[in-house]
Amino acid sequence: MNADDVQVIGRTLGTAGLSTLLIFPFGVALAWLLARKEWPGKSLIETVVALPLVMPPVATGLILLNLLGRHGPVGVLVQHIFGAEIVFTWKAVVAAMAVMSFPFLVRTVRLAFEEINPRLEQVARTLGASPARVFMTITLPLAVRGMMAGAVWAFARALGEFGATVLVAGNIPGRTTTMSVAIYSDIQLDHEGHAYELMAISAVLAFAAILFSNQFSKWGGTR
Amino acid sequence: MKFTLQKLQLRQEHFLLEVDLTASGQIIGIFGNSGAGKTSLLEVVAGLRRPASGRIAVDDLLLMDCNSRIFLHPEHRGVGYVPQDLALFPHLSVRKNLTYGHKPEAVSSAISLAHVADVLEIEALLDRAIADLSGGQKQRVAFARALLASPRLLLMDEPLASLDQELKWKIIPYLKRIRDEFKIPMLYVSHSPDEVIELCDQVIVMRGGKCLRTSPPGEIFEATTSMALKPGIYGEP
Repeated sequence: MNADDVQVIGRTLGTAGLSTLLIFPFGVALAWLLARKEWPGKSLIETVVALPLVMPPVATGLILLNLLGRHGPVGVLVQHIFGAEIVFTWKAVVAAMAVMSFPFLVRTVRLAFEEINPRLEQVARTLGASPARVFMTITLPLAVRGMMAGAVWAFARALGEFGATVLVAGNIPGRTTTMSVAIYSDIQLDHEGHAYELMAISAVLAFAAILFSNQFSKWGGTR
Repeated sequence: MKFTLQKLQLRQEHFLLEVDLTASGQIIGIFGNSGAGKTSLLEVVAGLRRPASGRIAVDDLLLMDCNSRIFLHPEHRGVGYVPQDLALFPHLSVRKNLTYGHKPEAVSSAISLAHVADVLEIEALLDRAIADLSGGQKQRVAFARALLASPRLLLMDEPLASLDQELKWKIIPYLKRIRDEFKIPMLYVSHSPDEVIELCDQVIVMRGGKCLRTSPPGEIFEATTSMALKPGIYGEP
């Protein structure tokens, strides 16, 4: 493993961690709204959020490229406000990871909210608690393991992201190359040995993430 | 307590609750078989469901009046609720469950943790986890938690339905103690005639979302045969 590999691994872990942090509050809020409330357009939002699970990642990447590109609505807005470009930078890697891992977070956290007996929240209200206090003292503590599991799944999915990333961020050594993209590139260039090295590291990282998630869900006693 | 429900109407997917009644007594039973609308009625009184129309008052306190667009949210009603599954908070200790709605600083709070724990004999359980309690202990903790919020009215939704007969008759004296010690009026849902006869002053008989009659329990259960109601309207024998 050379210095470039360390950089690639660091970039992959960093962008995956950042994308998970960015989507976490939105994912938890959306999961709660989907689990606990009825609102117009709920089915549409549910479907849109699930799309990256079933669409080819490259197709999702193409949509992102059109949105985030120099002439795309989001790209123009970001250029106007921050004077920065997104595509073919590390920010595009984060964006692709965030979009692809968002459904994993939402689905896992939504299940965690749905598992909580709504009677607990109702009784807390009758005991004088405001909706905000009920959320902070009943809903959140009971869903915390599911939320952490959702975050780990999203992080693990982001680590392995390839299709959308390669389209919006490309494979620019020292700037946007992630582990998945580096493995693909090594295979293309007939550097099989190096590809297997990175594959082994990817497997260890994914294994550790899932192990952590499983262990975490066993901690904290019974619900 | 004078309990008034005027022209109350709650529409659900396959069910219509329509109630118009006045009942008086310290413990008013709501009696009927499954699907009669007993739990829905309690949820409306607790503020957990919003009916399409109607007015609810307990003595002089107006809980809801659709015409005047008055709707007190559950946290402002001062109504204690013990659901059938008790809904004890599993991640909190017994003590934290009990003090969740307790406001010891409130001048009007005449009910103390020590008093309730003494009356319901749960002092030894205070530092235990909910998962470590037996069925009867959970029952008493749920009663105590509702009492400690100093409610104006207690709503009990078949609190003894999940207990076997032996345990049920051990818990009933505690309910009588609550009645005698704390003098908090109660709406007591049950489909068991013996519980209603034992505890209630008045009984509202419900079927199919409607109130059939309101009378003292003695009259209701004597009237069963002469009214020729369907078997099962009074639940199990």
